[in-house]
This record gives sequence, structure tokens and C-alpha cells, in this order.
Amino acid sequence: MTEMAELSLDSEKIARSRRAAHRIAREVLDRIGRNTTTAVERAVLRLLGVDGVTRDGVPWVNVLVDSLQAGGVLGKGAAGRLVNASLSLGLSLEKTAEKAVCGDIELARVPEVEASEVREAVRAHALEALERVDGARALREERRERLGTGWEPLKYLIVATGDIREDIVQARAAARQGADIVAVIRHTAQSLLDYVPEGSGLQGVGGTIANRENFRIMREALDEVSEELGRYVYLTNYCSGLCMPEMAVLGARERLDIMLNDSMYGVIFRDINMVRTFIDQHFSRAVLARAGMMINTGEDNYLTTADAFEKAHTVLASQFINEQFALLSGLHPGQLGLGHAFEISPKIEDSFLHELAQAQMVRQIFPDSPIKYMPPTKYMTGNIFQGNVQDALFNAASVMTGQSVHLLGMPTEAIHTPHIQDRYLSLRNADYVFRAMRHLGEEIAFAPGGRIQRRAEEVLGKALAMLEEIAGMGLMEAISRAMFADISRTEGGGKGLSGVIPKDNDYENPFEALLRVEREGS
Amino acid sequence: MKKELRVVAPYGDTPGDGAVQMSFTLPVPVGDEARHAALILAGKMGFQDSKVVFMEGIDEAFTFFVVYGRTRESVDFASIRVHKVEYEAMEPEEIHRFIQERIGRKIVVLGACIGSDAHTVGIDAILNMKGYDMHKGLESYPGIRALNLGAQVPCEVLVARAREEKADALLVSQVVTQRNSHLENLTRLIEILEADGMSEDLVLVVGGPRITPELAKELGYDAGFGPGTLPEQVASYLVQEMVRRRNTGG
Repeated sequence: MTEMAELSLDSEKIARSRRAAHRIAREVLDRIGRNTTTAVERAVLRLLGVDGVTRDGVPWVNVLVDSLQAGGVLGKGAAGRLVNASLSLGLSLEKTAEKAVCGDIELARVPEVEASEVREAVRAHALEALERVDGARALREERRERLGTGWEPLKYLIVATGDIREDIVQARAAARQGADIVAVIRHTAQSLLDYVPEGSGLQGVGGTIANRENFRIMREALDEVSEELGRYVYLTNYCSGLCMPEMAVLGARERLDIMLNDSMYGVIFRDINMVRTFIDQHFSRAVLARAGMMINTGEDNYLTTADAFEKAHTVLASQFINEQFALLSGLHPGQLGLGHAFEISPKIEDSFLHELAQAQMVRQIFPDSPIKYMPPTKYMTGNIFQGNVQDALFNAASVMTGQSVHLLGMPTEAIHTPHIQDRYLSLRNADYVFRAMRHLGEEIAFAPGGRIQRRAEEVLGKALAMLEEIAGMGLMEAISRAMFADISRTEGGGKGLSGVIPKDNDYENPFEALLRVEREGS
Repeated sequence: MKKELRVVAPYGDTPGDGAVQMSFTLPVPVGDEARHAALILAGKMGFQDSKVVFMEGIDEAFTFFVVYGRTRESVDFASIRVHKVEYEAMEPEEIHRFIQERIGRKIVVLGACIGSDAHTVGIDAILNMKGYDMHKGLESYPGIRALNLGAQVPCEVLVARAREEKADALLVSQVVTQRNSHLENLTRLIEILEADGMSEDLVLVVGGPRITPELAKELGYDAGFGPGTLPEQVASYLVQEMVRRRNTGG
């Protein structure tokens, strides 16, 4: 196969950027490492199979973790407390959890069993839990292998009806029309809920409630349609917000393929406390790594708030940081769907050239990662005919530069959540452009010293300067100075700080050790 | 008024031809019956000489159509009166002079996406330094202290901040409209302000893709701005409304 056209990029600048990003991520992890969060502890209990819900719809994991926190013993780790009680009472984990939820026992006050015995039992339960995760992974890999997947750029479509049953109808239609990836958009305020709403009958707004049952039935529907089409269709949902670690566990168990997961998005765009988020993203990513899932990062969002032309380097800087956080959690480069977007104002002369420069640059800097490309949204006007043209240029940039995951633009962006024909028109557009330009990238070269080359060099140079500046002051300080998306957040501010808990010396989380496959980032 | 503006109909290539293009999807498999169904539907919608110029199966259960038809309906354009937000458009420098000369102090404007809404694109365009489409936002106005509280701000928090900051105006944005969630959020804010006796002292402005001046009035807001609104339009209205109220003692 002929090589794609390449920009000439300074490899020393790329290496320096990676080193700076590594220092940035390492410093954050060192600072937060002595803490856990209520969400991590709930995720641990979910991994151990605590799935119950009270009659009022409250997940057992919330009841248990809240009571441990109130009892002042959450710093010991929820796993150890639950297993200690189960050994002490001679009951299964599930029965023990049930008794604790009903108030028959108090996990904080059950007589202590020998510490080494607890540790051994915790480890045995954890290994069993990971077998379930591994089983789901094996099943996914078998299907993907047997059925095969679409060719890149993979066409990614969203459904967002608010009702999972209607989502399924639309997802099936999308897959039959050629979608390779279906993403179920989440209920608009769910990221700020500190629990996972259970049950499949709930009605979402702006999207659908994300929970285990809804994950399961959507994956089942896509399994059916994958078999029918002889092509594996991926499922995406969100691993973000205050329940980030729990969503990772639910996604891993219910065989989701991709989760939207960013190390900073929640801090910047949802005003979630940064300490909480950095701890949660680290554990989440360790789970997603083990489950063999792909993450999609959210850098595209910077460009909907800040200017896509002036702030392109902040996207690249954030991608380097996201990459290092991911590697330090055990994800490998092939699992990193680093995000960016086609959002430069169409009024700027040569805007398409600048978009090409950025798309090609990102592709080259992260050669082993499946780059995720987001469509124009900010300058979509409601003129659906013009919007279709903007999307066609986006499709062209994507196929020319070999992007991996391609979120289809909708002509009706800025009007409503997509109607069924919006997806159809969008797919027709992408199919045509991808087919017509499939090998164009192999036939062109970028003029040395030309506009595209110069633009890429400029963005890389600014990203490097920004990363070295951040490495000097620390990431938390950089965020407080609004260096990303022009939004400032502070270390002590934001939602969810009360869920950050210092670890006791005898803190027990078996998964931390079992999932620790730290890799060197640079 | 010219006579022809009394009878206005869609114009394709001759006056009054009533030409309308439309597209829709029916939940039926593609085929002759589907085409027929689309034509019958167009007829029931009042279109004449309808033509299905394109149809294709989206999958085995749905068919997409592009249909042309002619309507015989018309409107009396001359008789139309639309409620508009009343203000004179000023440029940012004029607004600054207006504030200095007519108000004589910095005004305080608070903005937020209230309730569950996380889509800040509208409020950011009006308030943030950067603005939109080369028009700088209110943060860049020397006579305005503009505070953008961002996404998903509970109504109670917005009201508390308004009191704390001694705000002159509130700008609220509502983008998500599925199941009319915007109406609930907007009504709730008014209820809280009224309960706290604050609704009279503040200029209340709402913006969003589905917001019209009529809807804003109906919900109890002073003004509503739709898509494409520029920061200086909102600022012009705000400062003029403040002066108008002072002059009328309102």
C-alpha cells in the first residue's frame, strides 16, 4: 500500500511535548494518590457483584458507601469492610450487602476477622470479578474477529430519543444504513448525579438514562443486527461525570466497546471538582484497559467554547496530557480515541487548509491511536443545505488524513436531535465522499513551506510551549488560570469534593494492585 | 402598501405558483405503495400537483421522500404585526457612552444555563470575551460587569448570586427543548424571583433557539432573543430598558 502524504514535523518537539505531558500527569497522580473517592468505592463494590437496588430505587452501593463514610471507615476501603463482614457472619457477599442495606448489620461495626484472612479473601473475590470482565472481553473479541468491522474512518452515529426502546429502533436502522458505531447520548443532567439511576423504564431528556440494563439491551440489539449484517457494530456510552468509575464497570460488564472518557472534561465543562475527577479517571481507565475497550477523549469541546483557529494548540496539548494519563492507567495507545474537531469558522479564508493541517498533524503525532474526529457544530446555522456542504468538507478532511473514528455531522445540527432522515442523509454524504476520495491521501504531498505545513508547525510549537509552561506550574494551577477552553476551575471548588476520602494506612482496594500495569509514557 | 403584498404565496419561478419543497420519512417499506402513500399525504396537506421526485428505503421499514407540491394558500403580508423587543441598536462604543452618561455606574449582568441544560453555546456567545462571529461579548464591555455562571446552574443559585452581586439584569439561556424542559426551567425561575420579590428590580432576558419575544413575555420575562442574536443587541436593549424603567419609575 502506498504511504499517506505526511507533514514534516519536528520529532524533537514531539518528544519534548510527550515528556512535559508525562511530568504533568505524574505530578497530578502523585498528589492525589493518597485519596480514594465514594465513586471509586462504589465501583469496587459493583465489580464484586453488588448490584441490588432498594425499593425506593437507591442502588445498594450508594447505601453501603454512604454508611461507611458516615461511620468514618471508608478510608479503609469498601471491599475490605464488606468481605470482613461476610467472613465474620459466614454469609455470601450479596447476602451480607443485603443485610447491611436493610440495617440488620452495620459494616463499620462488625467484629474484625484476622486481617490477613480478609486480604486473602478480598483478593480471591477480586480475581473472580476480573474473570467476569475478561469473559466479556473475550466474547467481544470473538464476535469482532468473526464478523469483521467496517473500514476506517469508522462511521459513528448518535441516537438520543430519551427512551431506550426507541433508541433501539433508530440504532438498528442506523446500523443497516451503514453506521459502524452507535452512541447512545446520555440524559442531559446525568453527569451530575452521584448515583446510577436503575431500571429501563426511565425517560431521559436530551438523551437516555445510562445504566446497566439499558447498556445490556442495546448491546443485545446491536449483536442481533451485527449477525444479520455480517459486520460488528460498536456501542458507545459515557464514562464521565460523578459516577465515572461505576460507568466503567457497567460498560465493561455489559460489553460496551467505546466509552467517552476524558481526564479533564468534567472539571472544565461540568464543574466537577478536579481532585475527584483525577482520582476517578485513573481508576476508570484502569478498568477500561482491562476490559479492552476504547476511550474517546473530549478535546473537541474546547473548540465549541474557545476559538478553533486561535486555540488549536490547546487541543493538541490536552491530547498529550490525556495520552499520558491513559498510559499511566494501563491503557495502550491502540485504545486511545483522542478527540478533535472540524470547527474553524467557514468565514476564514483557507479554513479547510487549516483543518487539514490539524487533522494530519494529530494523525501523525499519535500514529498508533484511533483518532476521533468530530463534525462542525458551532457554525452550523439551521440552513440544512449549507450544513450538508460543511459536512462534506469535514468528510473530505477525514478520509484524506486517515482519521479512525468519524462522528457523522448532521445537516440539522443546531436544530434538533437527529431525525431518522438526518442520519440517512448524513450517511449518504459520508459514503459518497469516502468512496470518491478513498485514496486521495496517497496521491498528494504537502508543499514544503506551504500553508498547511506552516500551520501544523505553528500549532505544534505553541502546544509544546503550553505543555512546558503547565509542567512548570502544575496542571491544577493551569486549569485555574483558564488555560483550557477559557474556563477557570479551582482545586477546592466544584461538585463532588465531599466524596474525596483520604486513604487509611490499611486501605484495601484489591483492584488497584491487580489492575496496575503502569506503563512509561515517554 | 403595494397591492400584491396583500396576497403572498410561495414563489418558485413565477409569482403565485405556490411551489413548496419538502422531505419526510414514512415508516413503510419502499415501493409503489410507499410513493402513493406520500402523494396522498401531500394531497391531504393541501398540496396540488404533488410529485415524489426522489424516494429511497432507509432500511426495510422506512422510506425517505423528497416531494414538490403547490399550495393555493396565501397570506396577507400587509396585515402582519409582530411583537419585537423594543430598542435602538447601538455599537459597543455607543453603549459605553450611554452607560457613562445615562446610568453613571457599571452595570452588573449575570448569565447562566439554568436547570438541567448544559449547552452554553448561546450564553457564551453573548457574555464571553470572545463573543460570536467577530462580535465581542459583554465581558469585553468596560461599562458592564458580566458574570457567566455557565452550565446547569440551579435557579436558586442564580437568584442567590443575583442578590449577592446586586445584579441589574439576568440572562438565561435554554437550548434543550426536548419534552419542553425549557418551559419548566424558565417558569421555575420566575416563580422563585417573584417569591423573593426580586422580579421587578431585574431586567429578565431569555435566549435560545426556540425563544421568541412572544414566548418570553408569556413566561414573564422582559425580553426574549432567538438564534443569531449578537451581544451588542442584548446590551443595547438592557441599558435602554434600565433607563426607561427609571424614567417611568417602574
